[in-house]
Amino acid sequence: MSPAPSSPSRFAPLIAIMRREFAGYFRTPLAYVFLAVFNAFAVSLAFFVGGLFESGVASLDRFFLYHPWLWAFLAPAAGARLWAEERRQGTIELLLTWPVTVWQAALGKFLAAWLFLACALLMTIPVAFTVGYLGNDGSNWNIITGPDWGVIVGGYAGSLLCAGACLGIASIASALTRNQVIAFVTGFLACFILVLVGYGVFDELLAGILGSGGVDEIRRLGLWRNLEPFTLGLVDARPIAYFLSVAFAGLGLSTIIVERR
Amino acid sequence: MSLIEVKNLSKSYGPIQAVRDVSFSVDRGEVVGFLGPNGAGKSTTMKMIAGHVRADTGTASIAGFNVADQSVAAKHHLGYSPEGAPAYGEMTVREFLRFAADLRGLADPAESVRQTLSLCRLEEVAAQTVDTLSKGYRMRVGFAQAVIHDPEVLILDEPTDGLDPNQKFEVRRILKEMAARKAVIISTHILEEIGELCTRVIVIAKGEVRCDESRDKFLARGPDLNAVFRKLTA
Repeated sequence: MSPAPSSPSRFAPLIAIMRREFAGYFRTPLAYVFLAVFNAFAVSLAFFVGGLFESGVASLDRFFLYHPWLWAFLAPAAGARLWAEERRQGTIELLLTWPVTVWQAALGKFLAAWLFLACALLMTIPVAFTVGYLGNDGSNWNIITGPDWGVIVGGYAGSLLCAGACLGIASIASALTRNQVIAFVTGFLACFILVLVGYGVFDELLAGILGSGGVDEIRRLGLWRNLEPFTLGLVDARPIAYFLSVAFAGLGLSTIIVERR
Repeated sequence: MSLIEVKNLSKSYGPIQAVRDVSFSVDRGEVVGFLGPNGAGKSTTMKMIAGHVRADTGTASIAGFNVADQSVAAKHHLGYSPEGAPAYGEMTVREFLRFAADLRGLADPAESVRQTLSLCRLEEVAAQTVDTLSKGYRMRVGFAQAVIHDPEVLILDEPTDGLDPNQKFEVRRILKEMAARKAVIISTHILEEIGELCTRVIVIAKGEVRCDESRDKFLARGPDLNAVFRKLTA
């Protein structure tokens, strides 16, 4: 048998864990159900609830408008298994006695889940093409020059970052329990609150408690508030920093929780 | 330097002191039988040596690496199979071992998997998912992941628990084959295993080491090992 390498690559465990986790989604029907549900909701919310078609505007902002809701529900669904499943199967004891740091394991798991969410998001690309097609004036339409691809790519990037933030929260929930259902519900509730922040009714409720000054600060923490600039083609450092901070804070906290228990 | 060094390990869970000031060392070629009643602190001690549970006080080292400060280096020299041999149920045996080999960064993971499947006689179930295996095979899969990198230190928590006599024989055969080159700790409450497998016996009860001696000395304590065991752990 091969002896233990003297200086094994730092990335070997990270890549091995990422590959296992990503393939893990497709070992059960869960992945296909997930992809189908995500796409069905992403499209039908945009067209039937958001009135993407009736609006007569060739823009995807009505499509991305519902993404915080979708991620709040589906990122915890994809992230629930990350640690809860390890605890349930008892494999966490194996994983943590193999030559890997908790940080490497947590990052590998997180990146695999994020990649999976990215696949779900990429499957909605036909929506972008459709809007691009409908938005042309019919005379000299060109797929490259037709739609405003900068805005569309910006929207997708923002949505992916938003998914990462929800996944960070989901990792914490998953690290806290061995039960995937509890991990999902807890993660969903936490993300749901971040979706609500920034919506009129919820803001009025908060204003009653905190006064209008406090609400302004809190509104900055809402998911849609941070996603919106991307869908308008604005590239701003603040929402990028917001999504990445939430994602990495979640990742860091879940690492600490796993280390402590 | 001993391959396993344990110095004054203690661990409490709330008001319960699971392990109390345990010290011992294990050299290459030794197979230590870790004996004790259920709840005596055997598994907790093994988990602390494997780096899964943090000790309240005391230190453990594997091949000279402290398991708390140099944990990744220590774990490269360790093969550990927890109680009940957990494994990823949805993976096939081959995929699971390949994952273990990749994660450990082995030079030729495919070859390591092939050799381990052959050593542990798992070829015929290599394409089956772990969930569909009988207990005997599951235990062997747990054993296989622990030896895939040919570690110097092997810690096995009840590796023969629940196996039928043929399967026990099989696990003991593999262990005997490789024991001379390694330091091995095996926990068990099957007393016959001592005579067959171990070179040394450590009895632990209520978190304390009650006896640490060679197999022959232990076997000479009396003809009825069950009585010896009851007396030592009372």
